[in-house]
Amino acid sequence: MAVDEQLKIEMGKQGVIVTSLQELYNWGRRNSVWPMQFGLACCAIEMIATTMARYDMARFGAEVFRPSPRQADMMIISGTVTKKMAPQVVRLYNQMGEPKYVIAMGACAISGGPFKQGYNVLKGIDRYIPVDVHIPGCPPRPEALLQAFITLQKKIDGQVLTGEGRPRHLDAEAQSIFPVPEQGEHDLEPTSNKGLWTVPTIIR
Amino acid sequence: MSATMESALKARMARQEGWNRPPHVEPEGEGELLELSMGPHHPSTHGVFRMDVSLDGERVIRLKPVFGYLHRNHEKIAEGTSYLASMPYTDRLDYFCSLTNNWAYALAVEKLAGQEVPERAEYLRVILAELTRIQNHASTIGFLLQEMGASGTPLMYAFREREKIMDLFESLTGSRLMCNYMRFGGCRVDASAAWLDQAHKVVATIPEFIDEFERFLRSNEILMARTQGMGVIKPELAVNAGLSGPMLRCTGVGYDIRKVDSYGIYDRFQFRVPVGDHGDIYDRYMVRMLEMRESVSILNQALKDIPGGPVMDPKAKIRNFRPKPGEAYGRIEAPKGELGFYLISDGGPNPYRYRVRPPSLINLTILEDMCLGHNVADVVLIFGSVDIVLGEVDR
Repeated sequence: MAVDEQLKIEMGKQGVIVTSLQELYNWGRRNSVWPMQFGLACCAIEMIATTMARYDMARFGAEVFRPSPRQADMMIISGTVTKKMAPQVVRLYNQMGEPKYVIAMGACAISGGPFKQGYNVLKGIDRYIPVDVHIPGCPPRPEALLQAFITLQKKIDGQVLTGEGRPRHLDAEAQSIFPVPEQGEHDLEPTSNKGLWTVPTIIR
Repeated sequence: MSATMESALKARMARQEGWNRPPHVEPEGEGELLELSMGPHHPSTHGVFRMDVSLDGERVIRLKPVFGYLHRNHEKIAEGTSYLASMPYTDRLDYFCSLTNNWAYALAVEKLAGQEVPERAEYLRVILAELTRIQNHASTIGFLLQEMGASGTPLMYAFREREKIMDLFESLTGSRLMCNYMRFGGCRVDASAAWLDQAHKVVATIPEFIDEFERFLRSNEILMARTQGMGVIKPELAVNAGLSGPMLRCTGVGYDIRKVDSYGIYDRFQFRVPVGDHGDIYDRYMVRMLEMRESVSILNQALKDIPGGPVMDPKAKIRNFRPKPGEAYGRIEAPKGELGFYLISDGGPNPYRYRVRPPSLINLTILEDMCLGHNVADVVLIFGSVDIVLGEVDR
């Protein structure tokens, strides 16, 4: 239930903060998203540049890059995911504790990008794990990564804690671990995880 | 065994002494070895690289590198597209130094097609390559120190300088990282006077940065303790294994393709080639430090002498570019070592064979020789001092 804005302002003048549990919860989580220290390819350099002094991702509460997936909330898929690497990426995602978010950074992570025609390149990580924000670009600029992060923060801000649209980590029945693909005879098997990705219909 | 055979064998062993491969390290005492897989997700592997390590306590007894986590079919894609269309792909080889990759590829194609490069373009290439070298070495040292435990701070200093150079790249080429700037027979766009002015200003601040960096690091006790005498390469091994760049020069072999080939216009500049003495991590660090200073001196000369004129050979053919059948190997001194492109043309619009000689991969081949007998924490440092980029290792 949303708190009346006018009441908030009036009480704020008196030095009293009025808020709902949901707002407080989302506020806290939005400002302390810890990304995983996980670089794949070229975009990782821009990801590092984003955390450095000029772009300074710490302003948004995301400066603590954790090497271990157990301590991380967000995974930035920064670069080309090859078919050799895809199982490890899914495994790392599974090892992260809920709530967890994924940013697919750059053309390669979204769709294979310039290397799509290659036999060894996965055509988008969203075939295996759910992606929250996609950023186009090859590589995206640090500002673009910040924009993606702010988008993710807005998404966290809009979460309702109960009812139908509640996030995955508050829903006991929601799936949070996804099958790890294996190297098959010709391709990864399965070629995509069920319910995540369907072959797009081409509208002519 | 007869005496002659024995002496022949001894002579052969003596010749092979320099190879020293693999150094034999025995576990102490009894018990099982610990098999450890470092990577492909490991904070110190500079991307996706795996080392299968056998440990006796903390000591490394065996180390097997596992490649291929970033294999992106670079060569195969290049054989299927036109010569020019591979240029953006070369950016993504060694994504720290896209401009030197561009240059190496342009040089190979220019050799293949027998093209000339205008004077101004040659100067611009030198300026951009040396700026690339500075930012690469600065970041490498930053990463090396980060792996030593100085979390973040040295890298912040390095990236502060790097951003200045990135700004220059962006204002000239339109992109921070993937510049895609050089063309066969010149460069894509001309640099304005304002850009050259700005480059002057940025270059003038770099010596200050190097001084500052050195003041912090040169006598740092942790740096000394962890790098001196660690990961030693013998010069014989370095030559035999085909190492190049700072990895070769740290052993005392003064081999720099800028001097040996003097490709482009490098014979016009006064610069020294810093060489190490011991071949350990400290020497590699120091060689990179000194190389940055030499790059500054080259930059100052180039920015002073840069002539006017076109940046693109007017006779250069952009569309329908088909070199005559033949083969060419173009190589340059990239920041990481000898970067070469080998091309075979059959007269068609795309190369028949396209091969990259990546310095990162070849410098990495002696990883086991350097690491055996050291602690596993030092493996991280030794690996970091090789200065690799996985895009170039796996291609």
